[in-house]
Amino acid sequence: MTITEKILARASGKSVVSPDEVVFGNVDNVMMHDVSGPGVIKILTEWEKKGNKFDRVWDPDKVWISEDHFVPASDRISAENVALLSRWAKKFEIRRHFKYGLGQYGICHTLSHEEGLVLPGQLYVGGDSHTNTTGATGAFATGLGHTDIAYVLMKGKIWFKVPHTLLFKLHGKKPAYIMAKDMILHIIADIGIEGANYKSMQFTGNIVKEMCMEERLTLTNMSTEAGAKSGIIEPDSVTYDYINTRTTSNYSPIHGDDNAQYLDVYDYEIDKLEPTVAKPFSPANISTARELESIEIDKAYIGSCTGAKLEDLRMSARLLEGKKVKVRTEVLPAAQSIYFKALKEGLIEIFMQAGAVVGPPTCGACCGAHMGVLAKDEVCISTTNRNFPGRMGHVDSKTYLASPLVVAASALKGRITDPRDLEN
Amino acid sequence: MNIKKGRVHKYNRDNIDTDVIIPGPYLKIHDPKELASHAMEGIDPGFHTTVTPGDFLLCGGNFGCGSSREHAPIALSTLGIRAILAPSFARIFYRNAVDGGYLLPIEIERSTLEQIDDGNMIDIDFENYRIINLDKNGESYTIKPLSDMIIKIVEAGGLLYYSDDEKGFAS
Ligand code: SF4
Repeated sequence: MTITEKILARASGKSVVSPDEVVFGNVDNVMMHDVSGPGVIKILTEWEKKGNKFDRVWDPDKVWISEDHFVPASDRISAENVALLSRWAKKFEIRRHFKYGLGQYGICHTLSHEEGLVLPGQLYVGGDSHTNTTGATGAFATGLGHTDIAYVLMKGKIWFKVPHTLLFKLHGKKPAYIMAKDMILHIIADIGIEGANYKSMQFTGNIVKEMCMEERLTLTNMSTEAGAKSGIIEPDSVTYDYINTRTTSNYSPIHGDDNAQYLDVYDYEIDKLEPTVAKPFSPANISTARELESIEIDKAYIGSCTGAKLEDLRMSARLLEGKKVKVRTEVLPAAQSIYFKALKEGLIEIFMQAGAVVGPPTCGACCGAHMGVLAKDEVCISTTNRNFPGRMGHVDSKTYLASPLVVAASALKGRITDPRDLEN
Repeated sequence: MNIKKGRVHKYNRDNIDTDVIIPGPYLKIHDPKELASHAMEGIDPGFHTTVTPGDFLLCGGNFGCGSSREHAPIALSTLGIRAILAPSFARIFYRNAVDGGYLLPIEIERSTLEQIDDGNMIDIDFENYRIINLDKNGESYTIKPLSDMIIKIVEAGGLLYYSDDEKGFAS
């Protein structure tokens, strides 16, 4: 069995499961945020209105909550949602509640690894489509809607159809200026945005093994953009070192069998990969950065669960150091702790000296909600993961997706720029 | 299945994503009626004025890709859309539509997209897995068989209301 099959087997109390089999899995961790949380509460309220009872969460210590999409509250409705979530969390004794302005908080998929909340071998579900991100820690991590989360809160389990696994092997020697973002954009372009529908995308190969945890998280984060049910990387010493510096909790990791069956195996030689950009309006619509050097931009955005981890900030700061940006540049670290680490490393000063604005962690601009949305016809280059029409603002705005290095290089030139060409 | 005949609203394009079905700024809204008034705003802001309860959506492949927002099937079902016909659906949208008891995602052949026109009156025959086009002399097209469990969950009004004893598939 693959790692995914073995995690689902253990969670459902079976010795063997096979793809397409439907199982009920016991959940180790469940997350909701300020958009999905109120939706879940509404489902639970409707349930009670129909004469049913909901007076306790199956296990309050397995639930955690983040405030990320609409904080700082963008208007009164968002403020009400955050307040509603707080009241609910208090009533149901959810202790792991990461509140804006109260110590550590940030984007849910960043907290899950940054705080060591989700552990190797676990079955983790979240009320957000990029829950896949957390699979980089060797967990089965998948996004669910409000009803499914409500069901988990009641019963601690949920049904899954065991997914087939696609195995992506990334080999070779990583060229300078190439990041995980370039690789995953290539993979999505290759298999298409439906290419992994209902399936699990597993990443391996020497390139992945040599990656730090944060780069690995970029791969699993964007497995969602290929339609995948989950993205996963087998845990190794990099994983354990990362997790063990963040939590003292025990865990029992799972590894796939040597004779595991994969639906397809893809081999990628990374040696010749070029800095890559996904053009509007699809993450699969790629070009090299050089092919797009005539595209002028209005804004460079370094933010989100995909592209504002500490490593992403380090990479972009490396290019911005001692230089000035030519267009509006916004840097939003993905969590408060990352902001603080970046401050101590001197990165925040580099961004500010370069002329960029540094803001508090939030999903705001990534989902076109607040804190820097795009105007009609504006063009943005962004470290985020989606560029559908209207994703980051007006339906007639345009978003190009790229690595933190390409975004920083473009900020310096005011047009899409390959970081290798910065000297010219 | 309690789905009766209805009129088709056709958007013949692939990858109609959740940002199109219900744009990001409305995510903070949880009132179904208000969500419904923004349904499909990303491609057709007037859509909500054209739907009669019982109507169907006919769309291209990978319908509902993008975010996990349950707002999307809520907006469509509150307007009265009972089923969506498409060659394929994105995973979370499919799950949300069914587990929330909002509407039925029905998988069709890609060629059927060309055969049914916007505004056609259709009927769905779940026993024989066929769509019957009442505006084209009863021309009919196959649908992919739906598992009993899926239909029962939608009929029960969602996973929460689907009784435990019926879960033959559970371990
Ligand atoms: S940062 Fe963007 S992609 Fe990540 S959870 Fe927030 S809205 Fe979603």
